[in-house]
Amino acid sequence: MKIPVLRIYTLGYLLFLYCPIVILPIFAFNDSTALAFPLQGFTTQWFHNVWNDAVLAKALKNSLLVAGATAVLSTIFGTLAARANTRYQFKAAAPLMGLIMLPMVLPEIIMAMALLVVLLSVGIPLSLFTIILGHVLVCTPFAVAILTSAFQSLDKSLEEAAYDLGEGPFSTFRLIILPLVMPGIISAMLICFTISLDEFIVANFLGSGEPLLSTFIYGQLRSPKNVPNIMALGTILVGVSVILLALAEFFRRRGLARTGVKDSGGFL
Amino acid sequence: MTSDKPTMIEFQDVQKYYGDYHALRGISATIQAGEFFSLLGPSGCGKTTLLRTIAGFEGISSGVVLIDGKDVAAVPPNQRPTNMVFQSYAIFPHLTVAQNVGFGLRKDPRSAADKARAVDEALAMVGLSGYGGRAANALSGGQRQRVALARALILKPKVLLLDEPLSALDKKLRENMQVELIRLQRQVGITFILVTHDQEEALVMSDRIAVMFEGQIAQLDSPERLYRLPKTRAVANFIGTMNFLSANILSEAAGLVEVDVQGFGRLQLDAQKQVTGSPSANGATIGFRPETATLLFDGQQPSDRETMATVEEVVYYGDMTYYDVLLDGTSAPVRLSMRNVFGRPVLDIGTRTRVGWSPGALVLFR
Amino acid sequence: MSEPLNRPRFWGSQAASGLALISPTAVFAILLLAAPLAATLVYSVMTDGYLTVIPRFQLCNYIGECHSQLADGTMAPEGYLGAWSDPIVRTLMARSLIVSMLVTAATVLLAYPVAYFVSFNVEASRKPLWLFMITIPFWTSYVIRVFMWNVMISRTGVINSALEGLHIISDPLQMSFTIQAMVITLAHAYAPFAILPIYVALEKIDRSLLEAGQDLGETRFATFLRVTLPLSMTGVIAAVLIVFIPTIGDYVTPNLIGGGKIPMIANMIEKQMLKADNRTLGSAIAVTAMLVVGLVSVVFLLLNRRYLKGQK
Repeated sequence: MKIPVLRIYTLGYLLFLYCPIVILPIFAFNDSTALAFPLQGFTTQWFHNVWNDAVLAKALKNSLLVAGATAVLSTIFGTLAARANTRYQFKAAAPLMGLIMLPMVLPEIIMAMALLVVLLSVGIPLSLFTIILGHVLVCTPFAVAILTSAFQSLDKSLEEAAYDLGEGPFSTFRLIILPLVMPGIISAMLICFTISLDEFIVANFLGSGEPLLSTFIYGQLRSPKNVPNIMALGTILVGVSVILLALAEFFRRRGLARTGVKDSGGFL
Repeated sequence: MTSDKPTMIEFQDVQKYYGDYHALRGISATIQAGEFFSLLGPSGCGKTTLLRTIAGFEGISSGVVLIDGKDVAAVPPNQRPTNMVFQSYAIFPHLTVAQNVGFGLRKDPRSAADKARAVDEALAMVGLSGYGGRAANALSGGQRQRVALARALILKPKVLLLDEPLSALDKKLRENMQVELIRLQRQVGITFILVTHDQEEALVMSDRIAVMFEGQIAQLDSPERLYRLPKTRAVANFIGTMNFLSANILSEAAGLVEVDVQGFGRLQLDAQKQVTGSPSANGATIGFRPETATLLFDGQQPSDRETMATVEEVVYYGDMTYYDVLLDGTSAPVRLSMRNVFGRPVLDIGTRTRVGWSPGALVLFR
Repeated sequence: MSEPLNRPRFWGSQAASGLALISPTAVFAILLLAAPLAATLVYSVMTDGYLTVIPRFQLCNYIGECHSQLADGTMAPEGYLGAWSDPIVRTLMARSLIVSMLVTAATVLLAYPVAYFVSFNVEASRKPLWLFMITIPFWTSYVIRVFMWNVMISRTGVINSALEGLHIISDPLQMSFTIQAMVITLAHAYAPFAILPIYVALEKIDRSLLEAGQDLGETRFATFLRVTLPLSMTGVIAAVLIVFIPTIGDYVTPNLIGGGKIPMIANMIEKQMLKADNRTLGSAIAVTAMLVVGLVSVVFLLLNRRYLKGQK
């Protein structure tokens, strides 16, 4: 009898990964402002508070606006870069792609500070728009990564076949390429939306004080009496994130099934 | 033989460079209307590149490509009277079989019903009636191949280009498709240009074959002439097997060439029918195919000449046996193929035997 | 359709089409990333003028003592130390480096067996599910996730109250506001970044190589050491870099878990850039941090190249 050491270890690791998230709903329904055991009884008070919080509503609206704009812009930028990099060979591709992907490996605080200083010295006032600029910078590499694999799994001869059968470059893009990479585009948009919604550093430094979800949460966590509200809000956010991710994964897999490529699994 | 037919495609000194790499080195050839033409060669010889210059997917560095008498340098692929069957078939995975086949009819002014009928006819032609509603992804390799054919032929191109269309199929299916492609070509009567690295496939299917090596056409001939009288030893080796014996040319006169062949002695060959290649400084060589010489079993009389030999290797193939024999007076063995007719023994290694041959079956490379 | 009819080569020039297509993204990245980074570099060798940056070249923001220029053009009598000379900056830099190295080591070591398990022991059809399970926590609010660790380990937090309730301890354990707490929090936050690249590298290993290893008489463990580990090293390297680089600049964790008592270099950059409004010194610290990150990464890559060469 072999002891499945690795399996037990992995399950333990998953427990470690999940435990901060699992205790979130516990305290979201706990009737106490202290986050400690023993539990004090069931309440939906915190959810009511969240529902009726005007600042939170504003923050949510701002965040959805920023995340939506970020998702669209990053995906457009990502599509262009991924297409250029997979379809054409040119010398400038490597350095330009390196620069575009750089935010993935650059400490975010440095990027945010550098951008902040330049925006201030150029005289661009901080606003939701400047946050969107920063978020597009952060999200574009993720969009590029997802879309590169979508374009790579596209057989070049499909495109040639469309030309051969009488279509021009634009109709080929519309009739063949776009439908085949559409799942990748949707999945890139969902991922960028999620990253933007969650992002804190850029939102904190490049904003003008207009609340965003992440900065709002950060602010609330500083006063203990508001913490249970954040537990409730966090519970809702976890639920929404899981649904968005499941959707993204669904589209990604459907894309793979369409182009007939074997699933290599997972994001990134 | 077929030279009375009009020319469909003409290459005039076509050159193609990829950076420093010289992919096509001065291709000049004509392909006739209604011909089944093959581009045959090892991988990297430029055959696919040449096919793609006809389709318009590759530009050329210099030279002229004419399709039906028209210079196509400025004509993009979507406006050329050619259609292509891709090596990977390039079936659009998000469309149904019917949508794939009808893809090229989008700008066709006919009514939707007429187009649907055309799709049905095209599917029937390739034996896929009733498959129109299926998802293209659900098809087998052979079926994809047929969809690709129907999709190209529905546009009634002047030329159908086939880029190694059978290489992804298994042996049985490949042989069936070969016959089917010949039938289709006779039925539609248009020019088929096939790229293949499989010499057998080219021999079976083609009216004429261009054998390509390193970006050049080494020989362009009918399958029979290619096999019987290859221009170079390289062509001879690429198409089937050929045995070589060194030879000295003694004299040439009145359409006859007298040679002294290692192992075979002095012979006279027909300068018209048996001599190939252009004169070169390197010595001449005699070549013959394995099936043109024969082992003589006990009491069998030679049809023409005979030479003694020793069996060095025996390879048994069921219907055939291949013998490597060392002819007396030579230093390297030659290969003979013998049909295993009933009652004929398989010889052992080391057996002394007589080999019957005929000067008429020999080819002189000079 | 209006496609150009008279193009001599249908595919056009590769370079021109590629450049045209990539240019919107590239221009965006140049304006909002390359230019700000270049500006940071330039600022770091300029003179501080309290609310402005005065374009006068000097290196004192890095080494030695600097004086800001006052509004009337005279230099401030009180100086400040350059990034490399200031013991506080050096301490914070060293602390950031140590924390991110500890985080990287912990994350990658803990993640490797998980990636190995999913790649080698999980059925192919169930792998996507496992990967999905691993990535879910990563996509939930980073700020909340970091804070939840504080909830878990604070004096009156989940772990202490649970242990006290079960009468295992009488006095609460001191876990928060420590470097260990920051390491655990960050190791948690970056787990998927470590698992995924290692998993991808393990997936690429030809399974027949492992059978060959064992067929040649190696034990399972020796096969792992001599075949699997070297072949998965590319994934480990990617994991190390992708965890190490962002953690060195982490800003949220020191504030929420360290309680602001254990600042790291990111907090220092923020302080100089915004609160102290000394952008030249802030820029010099940021450039220094990038240099340190780059240097450590390069050294790590070189060491690995040597290790992998030694294997062959």
